[in-house]
Amino acid sequence: MDSIIIDQLTKKFGSFTAVDKVSLRIQKGEIFGLLGANGAGKTTLIKILTGLSGASSGKATVAGFDIHRHVEKVKMNIGYMSQKFSLYEDLTVRENIQLFGGIYGVSSDYIKTKTTLVLDQLGLQDSAKKLVKSLPLGWRQKLAFSVAIFHEPKIVFLDEPTSGVDPITRRQFWEMIYAAASQGITVLVTTHYMDEASYCDRIAIMNAGKMEALGSPGELKAAYQVDHIEDVFIHIVR
Amino acid sequence: MRTILYLIRKEFLQIFRHKIMLPALFIMPFVQLIILVHAADFEIKNIKIHIINHENQNWNVRLISQFMASEHFVVHQVSNSYTLAYQQLEKREVDLILEIPKDFEKNLLKSNKASVFIGANAIDGMKAGLTTFYTNSILRSFNKNIVLEQMKIANSRSTAGIQTKTVFWYNPEMEYAHFMVPGILVILVTAIGMFFTGINIVKEKEMGTIEQINVTPIRKYQFLIGKLAPFMLLALMELAIGLTLGKLMFDIPMEGSLWLIFGFSVIYLFTILGLGLLVSTFSNTQQQAMFISWFFLMIFVLMSGLFTSIDSMPAWAQKTTWFNPVAYFIDVNRKILLKGSEFADISGHFIKVGLIGLVVNFFAVLNYRKTSA
Amino acid sequence: MKKLISIIQKESLHIIRDWRTLMILVMMPIALVVIFGFAISNEIRNIKTIVIDPSRDVHSQELIRKMEASNYFKIVAYEDHIEAVEGMFKRGKAHVAIVFPLNFGQDLIKNNGQSIQVIADASEPNNASIISSYIEGIVQTYQADVLGKNPSLMSIIPEMRMLYNPGLKSVYLFVPGIITIILMLICALMTSLALTREKEFGNMELLLASPLNPAFVILGKVIPYVALSFIDLLLILVLGDIVFDVPVRGSLALLLGESLLYISTSLSLGIFISTVTSTQQAAMIFSMIALFLPTVLLSGFIFPIESMPVILQWVSHIIPAKWFIIIIKSVMLQGSSLDILWKETLIMGAMTVIFIMASIKKFKIRLE
Repeated sequence: MDSIIIDQLTKKFGSFTAVDKVSLRIQKGEIFGLLGANGAGKTTLIKILTGLSGASSGKATVAGFDIHRHVEKVKMNIGYMSQKFSLYEDLTVRENIQLFGGIYGVSSDYIKTKTTLVLDQLGLQDSAKKLVKSLPLGWRQKLAFSVAIFHEPKIVFLDEPTSGVDPITRRQFWEMIYAAASQGITVLVTTHYMDEASYCDRIAIMNAGKMEALGSPGELKAAYQVDHIEDVFIHIVR
Repeated sequence: MRTILYLIRKEFLQIFRHKIMLPALFIMPFVQLIILVHAADFEIKNIKIHIINHENQNWNVRLISQFMASEHFVVHQVSNSYTLAYQQLEKREVDLILEIPKDFEKNLLKSNKASVFIGANAIDGMKAGLTTFYTNSILRSFNKNIVLEQMKIANSRSTAGIQTKTVFWYNPEMEYAHFMVPGILVILVTAIGMFFTGINIVKEKEMGTIEQINVTPIRKYQFLIGKLAPFMLLALMELAIGLTLGKLMFDIPMEGSLWLIFGFSVIYLFTILGLGLLVSTFSNTQQQAMFISWFFLMIFVLMSGLFTSIDSMPAWAQKTTWFNPVAYFIDVNRKILLKGSEFADISGHFIKVGLIGLVVNFFAVLNYRKTSA
Repeated sequence: MKKLISIIQKESLHIIRDWRTLMILVMMPIALVVIFGFAISNEIRNIKTIVIDPSRDVHSQELIRKMEASNYFKIVAYEDHIEAVEGMFKRGKAHVAIVFPLNFGQDLIKNNGQSIQVIADASEPNNASIISSYIEGIVQTYQADVLGKNPSLMSIIPEMRMLYNPGLKSVYLFVPGIITIILMLICALMTSLALTREKEFGNMELLLASPLNPAFVILGKVIPYVALSFIDLLLILVLGDIVFDVPVRGSLALLLGESLLYISTSLSLGIFISTVTSTQQAAMIFSMIALFLPTVLLSGFIFPIESMPVILQWVSHIIPAKWFIIIIKSVMLQGSSLDILWKETLIMGAMTVIFIMASIKKFKIRLE
């Protein structure tokens, strides 16, 4: 079964077309990477799929629900982490987890047990009462990811989750992504880093709103007869 | 419902995490009450007066001593030089010049009438007005005394005439604070309601946290209630603090029902919070939100009858108060606290403010979007 | 210098793009001048009055007519019983009731004496006492006219001269007052918010890490606000002159110079606030409590400082706006020159220096 089905999706801002007739299917449990230069339309596409922005034309279903007609049901089934850190900096780690757990309707008992679990996984047991503001960036990003999948969504959208993070933390972050995917959560992630692209099951490369290439990293390298995804990317963008 | 509770809890956690917040909540009413009540008490003492006097006749001395005895005046100097007096007025060393002209007593005795010249520095109109008011009342009582003396001399018949007796209802001691405190409480509550709501929502926009909220299945109404309810509670708490301080510090009367005041406050705050929300939908930065709120709040307050009475405004200006929730609340507060008005007396205000609130909130909700562009 | 200009350009763009704020910056002086000039005044007019006149004779009717003619009173009801008064007061339908006794005119002539009862709603005490003195005045004039008593009594007649403001016009006060408030608002409040905003977003570090002199960075950010406040200053002066004939009797150069000094004081205060606060919300609360309220209330703008308790009078000394109001009023209305105003000028100058030094000190501590 496909988690995300996108059909001829288009988004226009006046005369500028941010997303141009993109069609795509993403399977359940897949880690799908969305590559592209700044302004290629990755973030806009994610915003449409998460219901933050409306599409100009085209259709899409997320977790089996139409994004136009059943926005609230879509939202119930997804997690989202934006490129700008968007947890509450003036709340503590625990308070943030509780808040978002509560918003998604997770029961209080479950929030309690799972919070302990999450804190253990992150190694943040001692920092539970610290303000998020005081955490280093890497920790904050890992926390944001944990919060995004706290309510066990079917799909999680990650918009450049690792920008500005050191290589070790990035590594840990990807381990978390793998763990989530192994639980059956579909992951749609955008990134700048070409090495991260090769961690994905499949990738799509966007340029000027259009989807220019789609396939597994191996397939793409073979198709363009290059050794690195980076070269595929440069080839397309040129 | 549970979602809303989570949101309200979050809001309170954030509010009270600001170290400045709690003191601000308690100090603001205190400072405002002290300053406004005392500052706006229009009574001036120690007005500095320069008396120009040319002769030391009996009547001259009597007049001068009247000014010396008054609690409102301090005689800075008595001289016979107009130039000196004028210089002092220009340098603001004195506020008022009183000139007793030459032949003052002679005129008084001969023609029963004599003039004195009064020059006031009218740069500060309010002060000049009060100054001349005090001067006039000194002269009036002086005149009265002369008349009484003359009548004793003439042993004339009774001069009863028409007496006017005034009774002052609701505030027989004419306490200015009793008039100001109810109005100041409104300003307090309004400031909290309007500023904090607007700015709070805009802050989430600025920081990007609103995006994380918008991607969750929270309904619009849940989010709005979660935002507005904490500030409603905060403002009501502020009102309670203000009323308590008003009672303790100024012993303001509480003739009517406090429940009625809080009941009206809820409807009023519904309106004001809606305004804050409306402002937030129009602003992208906290600076903007604050500035816009400030602008409207200032106009509302100036046109509310807090300092100057609405009845004295020109007709067009009076009409603008129909749309001014601040004016209604000040009026309601004064009526309930001082006059003991009951629901039936002010039911019209309830309906009007409620209507304004519905309109404002309608537009605010209409304008508030969970999705961008 | 070039760098400075580029920062100024950046901040100006910020302000110009923000059309909402810009619009309010232009609207605010206009709105304030209109409100103070046309809408509100300290005069009391059209007091809603109830008349209870059981006698309805020539004298009572004539007195009522005189009151109506005075424009102070607007008769909203004729009632038969005094019981009606309370209800109308509570609903706010009337603020004063004039109660004539039965056989008012008859007794007046026969017994040569009579009394009128006035019931005033003293929940507004100032108004109540003024109303009662209006009534007394009207009654006494009437008495003198009708009964023609004692024309030959001795009396002293005051001849009033209102120097510098013969019409006792309140706009003469409000125009300088509005200038004072708006300059403070733009320069202190807006700049403190603009600077804290940069801090909140971490842009400040970015600018400070650049090879620019920190003083330049801050200067560049505040200069556009100086320009804005000057525009507002001129706007108010022109409006005051055209619409209300508010004069500038002293030297315009002195007025602008003193304004510039006051702007510097406000700016340095705004900068100081931004060095002690870390979020915009905190800066705003701080500005409101420490800056805006005292400026409006304790500067002598609305309330005479002399009427305040001694402690508040002391407090008013440390409020820059108080000194500027004295200066601007003297220059505009009295035509004073610097030889009279040197003391106030010096005080404002000293305040500016103190705020700047305090800011630099705070700033250095943070950088270390």
